[in-house]
Amino acid sequence: MFELWYGIVALMFTAYVVLDGYDLGAGALHLFVAKDDAERRAVIAAIGPYWDGNEVVLLAAGGALFVAFPDALAAGLSGFYLAIFLVLWCLIGRGIGIEFRSHVEEPMWRGFWDVVFCVSSALLPVLFGAALGNLIRGVPLTADGWFQLTLFTHFRPEPPVGILDWYTVLSGVFALVALVAHGATFLAWHPEGPVRAKSAQRVRPLYAGVAVLFPLITVATLTVRPDDLAALPGRPLAWLGMALALAGIVTVFVATARARSLAAFLGSCAFLAGMLGATAACLFPQIVPAVGGSAGPAITAYDAGNTEAGLRTALGWWAVGFPIVVVYFVIVHRVHRRPIRAAG
Amino acid sequence: MDDAAFWHRLQFAFTITYHYLFPQLTMGLALLIFVMKTLALRGGPTADRWNQAARFWIRIFGLNFAMGVATGIPMEFQFGTNWAGFSRYAGNVVGHTLAMEGMFAFFLESSFLAVLVWGERRVGPVGHWLAALALFAGSWASGYFIIMTNAFMQHPVGYALGPDGRLVLADFAAFVFNPWGLAQYAHTMVGAVVTGSFVVAAVGAFYLLRGIHLDAARRFVAVGVVAGLISSVLVAFPTGDHQAKLVAKHQPGARAAMEGRFHSGPYAEITLIGQPNVKERRIDNPLQVPGVLSFLAFGAFHTDVPGLDTVPEENWPDNIELLYYAFHIMVGLGTIFIALMGLATLLLAWRGRLFTSRPVLWALLLAFPFPYIANTAGWMTAELGRQPWLVYGMFRTKDGASPLVHPGSALFTLIGFAGIYLVLGVLFLWLISREIAHGPDGLEAPHEYGVPGGSAHV
Repeated sequence: MFELWYGIVALMFTAYVVLDGYDLGAGALHLFVAKDDAERRAVIAAIGPYWDGNEVVLLAAGGALFVAFPDALAAGLSGFYLAIFLVLWCLIGRGIGIEFRSHVEEPMWRGFWDVVFCVSSALLPVLFGAALGNLIRGVPLTADGWFQLTLFTHFRPEPPVGILDWYTVLSGVFALVALVAHGATFLAWHPEGPVRAKSAQRVRPLYAGVAVLFPLITVATLTVRPDDLAALPGRPLAWLGMALALAGIVTVFVATARARSLAAFLGSCAFLAGMLGATAACLFPQIVPAVGGSAGPAITAYDAGNTEAGLRTALGWWAVGFPIVVVYFVIVHRVHRRPIRAAG
Repeated sequence: MDDAAFWHRLQFAFTITYHYLFPQLTMGLALLIFVMKTLALRGGPTADRWNQAARFWIRIFGLNFAMGVATGIPMEFQFGTNWAGFSRYAGNVVGHTLAMEGMFAFFLESSFLAVLVWGERRVGPVGHWLAALALFAGSWASGYFIIMTNAFMQHPVGYALGPDGRLVLADFAAFVFNPWGLAQYAHTMVGAVVTGSFVVAAVGAFYLLRGIHLDAARRFVAVGVVAGLISSVLVAFPTGDHQAKLVAKHQPGARAAMEGRFHSGPYAEITLIGQPNVKERRIDNPLQVPGVLSFLAFGAFHTDVPGLDTVPEENWPDNIELLYYAFHIMVGLGTIFIALMGLATLLLAWRGRLFTSRPVLWALLLAFPFPYIANTAGWMTAELGRQPWLVYGMFRTKDGASPLVHPGSALFTLIGFAGIYLVLGVLFLWLISREIAHGPDGLEAPHEYGVPGGSAHV
């Protein structure tokens, strides 16, 4: 049951990155591929009906983490206190930007919110990437299982660590490039008009960046956490994830060359899912790993504050809710792909 | 200030108070929009007019909903960031309802909001009516899970104490159907309908007084006044009365402090006006009616109603003055609401005289802020009454704060929220006033996402 919930939580966070990732990437990219109001409206129309639902996946993933592993949620959110609030303020900026923009048809007003939307959409992947980097590197846990990180110390991934060091900054940059590239594959597939062609041109250079950074970050991760290298042979799921990620990258390049935009987008989804799946498989059963020299051990799926019975109860309602959510997503995507009726 | 818990409380109080300005309207409005869409779906000559009225309120709803989401996400996170001690202590229990809210409410709302706001031309009249129903169901489900989370903190049921001194969920059904929570849910949701009704009526009254949008204005006033009377009555009786009896039974200290009752005794008097003097243990300048409190709390005038002297002082609510005022403001305003909406409904029924009665229209217009104040005061009553406990009788508030987050960090984020929310509030009010100035006439269904319908939006 603990293993199953570790998988469910990992699945939910991966789904969040894949889904909200494309609208975050599209938001970060849109100032560069959509130059006038009509083009920017096309971007917003492409992500508009979906982004809110995609963002809810973050809340649902956080909820799954809370119900299954409350100690990990409590330690993680309070430990990254300031960084979490930067995330929250960016989420506020994004949500308000996209809603307020359309209410006033005035270039200054719209230009302002477009920049708010773009900047907050670009900062979020950096923060998420850095947060994942922090977890992979490990945090200085106390004997009671708490930690508190300042934003930076000496920028090296060794004690006393801060939220930002060269490794976590590299993860943040990698996350930004990967999600902007992901957003480009979405914009090259979904909207009509000139934005689609302009975005299609960006897919290849952006994914070239991904193809360079991906091996780099993998090597860096093995340097920061050499134990993982030793553990890898016994982790078939990690190999599977890596294979999926590599196949995804290849698919993006091949499909882009053949102008198959949907296949490229799906390849991009596979890349993100494979990479995050491999990461989760490597970290298992740790949720909040400890950096070297910590007073306390890592918080793992087995001791993060829940019981077998509690997890079984949660699985009961989760198994009811999840299919319903999938149905909503299908309905919403069908409705918004449908042509508009003449009579209102 | 070396007491971090103080700053955590202040931040949570500020962000939740600000946040709840929006859901109380969207939950109330979701019901009224559903009523308007239902009236439109019946067909007949007025169907178009009801559709147009709904379109106007859907735009207002959209803005409020966006503010509600933007200010609501930080609430979810603060359980972990600021109240990590509580999350660890009670996460096994309250984690369920908070996670279920995402699964069963947020997805429903977020999926069908875009259909409701932008999709009228895509889905047809029945589809659009269903989207209104989905939004109504989603926003009310969201309220349910949050209330059940709060109800556990007010009146913990369905738990067991784990070996490490933390709570585990023992009885899922008892927890999600907490009787305290059911009463609190009814009271809170009806309170949200009061806000929605007053706002709809106020906008209608504003148009009638100015002599514009007359057809829509009459519809707004009629819907708002009728829903306003029903909800204002229900919020007092039976829901508010029932809630007060539960507080008297399970939280005697809170009940005594709400009434400013320091000393026990029979024929307990109700204090209408007066200032609690906690140091001297009395009400200054009291205006009181003997026996009424005994009757309200226990159904008989002679009953002994316990005062704060029956509760150990370390378990007293830590802000008795504010708790007393919050409760009295809520009850006082609630009484005025019934009177105002009762009068307005009478005039409406009397061959529509309400539409030409300028003094009453003025009163309806000026009344719209007060349900917000009453709802806020009601929540302050509930939350200040729960003190000094985070989980009533079991876990103290000061033990719930994140142990390693220092006051400097907590104040930094509080100041950040204050700044952001000030800017958002100003812009929100400006956008809302533009919508109201534009009004419902000529609003057409939007053609595509991000391009509002209506001819005059320039």
